[in-house]
Amino acid sequence: MTSSNDKSDNNGLSRRRVLQAGAGLMGSSMLMPGFMVPVFAADKPPIGTWPAGSQGDTVNVAAAVPRTGTYAVQGEDELKGWQLAVEHINNGDPLMKKIAPKVTKGLLGKKVNLLVADSGAKPNQAVQEIQTFINQNKIILMTGSTSSAVAVALNKFAQREKVLYVTGISGSNDTTGKDCVRYGFRQNFYGETAANAIGPVLVKNFGKNRKAAFMTPDYTYGHTVTKSVSDYLIQNAGWTMVTNQVSPLGTQDFSQYLTNIANSGAEFIVNVNWGRDAVLSTQQAKQFGLIPKMKLVIPYQIPFLAKEVGPELTEGVYAATDFWWTLEDKYPLAKMFVESFNKKFGYRPEWGANNSYMSFAIWARMVSEAGSFYPPDVIKQYEKGETFDSTVGEVHFRPEDHQLVRPVIIVRGKAPKDMRNKEDYWEVLEVVPGAPLMQKPDAFGCKLGDYT
Amino acid sequence: MINWGNFISQCFNGLVLGALLALISSGLTIIYGTLGVLNLAHGAMFMLGGYAGWVAYTYTGSFIAAVIAGSLFVMLVGVVVERVIIRYFYARPHEDQLLVTFGLGIVFVEAVRFFFGSLSKAVPPPPSLVGITNLGFMFYPTYRIALLGIVAIALLALYFVLYRTRIGMIVRAGIEDSVMVDSLGIDVYKVFMLVFGIGAMAAGFAGIVNAPVVSIAPDVGEAILVQTFVVVVIGGVGSFPGAVLGGLIAGEIISITSMFNPGYAYVMLFVAMTLVLVLRPYGLLGTAGRE
Repeated sequence: MTSSNDKSDNNGLSRRRVLQAGAGLMGSSMLMPGFMVPVFAADKPPIGTWPAGSQGDTVNVAAAVPRTGTYAVQGEDELKGWQLAVEHINNGDPLMKKIAPKVTKGLLGKKVNLLVADSGAKPNQAVQEIQTFINQNKIILMTGSTSSAVAVALNKFAQREKVLYVTGISGSNDTTGKDCVRYGFRQNFYGETAANAIGPVLVKNFGKNRKAAFMTPDYTYGHTVTKSVSDYLIQNAGWTMVTNQVSPLGTQDFSQYLTNIANSGAEFIVNVNWGRDAVLSTQQAKQFGLIPKMKLVIPYQIPFLAKEVGPELTEGVYAATDFWWTLEDKYPLAKMFVESFNKKFGYRPEWGANNSYMSFAIWARMVSEAGSFYPPDVIKQYEKGETFDSTVGEVHFRPEDHQLVRPVIIVRGKAPKDMRNKEDYWEVLEVVPGAPLMQKPDAFGCKLGDYT
Repeated sequence: MINWGNFISQCFNGLVLGALLALISSGLTIIYGTLGVLNLAHGAMFMLGGYAGWVAYTYTGSFIAAVIAGSLFVMLVGVVVERVIIRYFYARPHEDQLLVTFGLGIVFVEAVRFFFGSLSKAVPPPPSLVGITNLGFMFYPTYRIALLGIVAIALLALYFVLYRTRIGMIVRAGIEDSVMVDSLGIDVYKVFMLVFGIGAMAAGFAGIVNAPVVSIAPDVGEAILVQTFVVVVIGGVGSFPGAVLGGLIAGEIISITSMFNPGYAYVMLFVAMTLVLVLRPYGLLGTAGRE
């Protein structure tokens, strides 16, 4: 472990660093014949935690993930996905090799070590923790977020520190929209793709000119998802948003919002709340008799929602999601993932865990394909936009905004009597291809910023 | 949704919301008023009440048993904590008291998370109180209506103990001047232990009767604690009637504001608190100089 004031060394150019960088580069160029490397070591001056972070036989990566608070349940699930991915990178698991074929046992000959801190889904806490990991452990990759507020903060932080960041769960349009950065990448679906995937399903099943009440958590995720979904329904099917109940993250008693909805004449409750907020607002909507009188719609699926509120409440509910374990019937990699995860942790993974696993696996792919930990090289590898296999079929990154082009899964809650096992809450209705769901790369104001 | 129907609905909802806040706040204010200790573990005790009740419910299937278990368990926790830890902090600076109770809160929350996990647990209301009731102006959950009565009875019981019994007289005297009570030959430490137990019990009772409304999770007390402080500041620190009044005002502010703009419901609560602090620093029913 090195002291925190070493960090300043990274930004300056010492002779020793240049020599180290040069040696590293020459080594990698010998390993990778034909791979383009600059002639002069000075072309790759130290940047962020490179090369200090990747000089030993172990590289550190860190997650700031909520293990307490409103998103604690989802955070724990995410964490398990990262843990499994790191294990698979280090032992060269067959599933990992399907996604990142050049991973052997470890990454470029180094073991990967995962460091973890509880962010409580608070942006400032997450940034402080990652800063500590950068200073003390020279991490070469950061992750975390179950709240887009954290994702946006870590995006900015990653760009400033020049350390790569792959998001955890983040549903806001802003993450790869107006707050996108060169050093940040998102694997999962988001407000706009969710809206464009679930919108047609709602219109097909419920028709035009309906009245919907929205429940929105008061931060970037909530506002952008509500906007995308309501825009779709209003513009394409003449639906009306009769009320939008905005509540702070961590609300416990939703009675005042539900009272407004009860008096709004709505036929649908589009619940954008997430984590425990979604559990409580849904349970309380039932207490108020609003469900099943009004139909519940979940535009951005919440892991464990059905388990927590019970399948009686989610029966018949339409939701858009990133992954559901029964996709194992359709995709071989999904089957491998669900089996590995279930074996290790004793339950079938939710989409948060799948997202974490995939985001690390993709990073391992990019690093091993680039043959280098040098951040700009890894970024350029992502930006090649190559197609590769995933747990939801073939996917690729969009170079303009660093968003993965991937399908959105539409599910419907099963009736308790139709469940084949105690985790069989959702039926997959449709796997909607991703590209047509996405906005134009610059539509949300994405400007990626510099490589160095 | 600004119309008379919704206004009446929100006023009623504010009453229910406020009643619950009043109950939790009264425990906090009694402890602070008597012992001078700002108990930052109060939210965690609220949570413990919910979990103790949930365990009792799981084994017995009885809501009454759950309420009794939740209240008594947290009272016991309160008494033990006072005897073993808090007692040694009366003479120490307020910062130390804040730190030790804050730490206790973390220990309680994480212990519960360790044993029960983060997934929320539901305690259903008694069968006779399940469902919704037509109030004329809106349909309202039956249990929430009953909660109004349950809280009223609990507050009356607290009032009776504090204002109509000898022990209550000593407690109130302790709120005003604990040194004088001590010098009158009353074992003030025994009283303090009892007060801490009663305050904790109020939190535990609130925790379990609230569980059918808001399903419990280890963090359930965190948000409640903040609101409780606001209530105590508005009502007057150390004043039992102040806590009740503050609770009702807070409930109405949250509910009625949300009719105009839900995003400002909690903002307005803090605006109200600021106004009270500026215009009446000791709270609506507080007394100047009370600690």
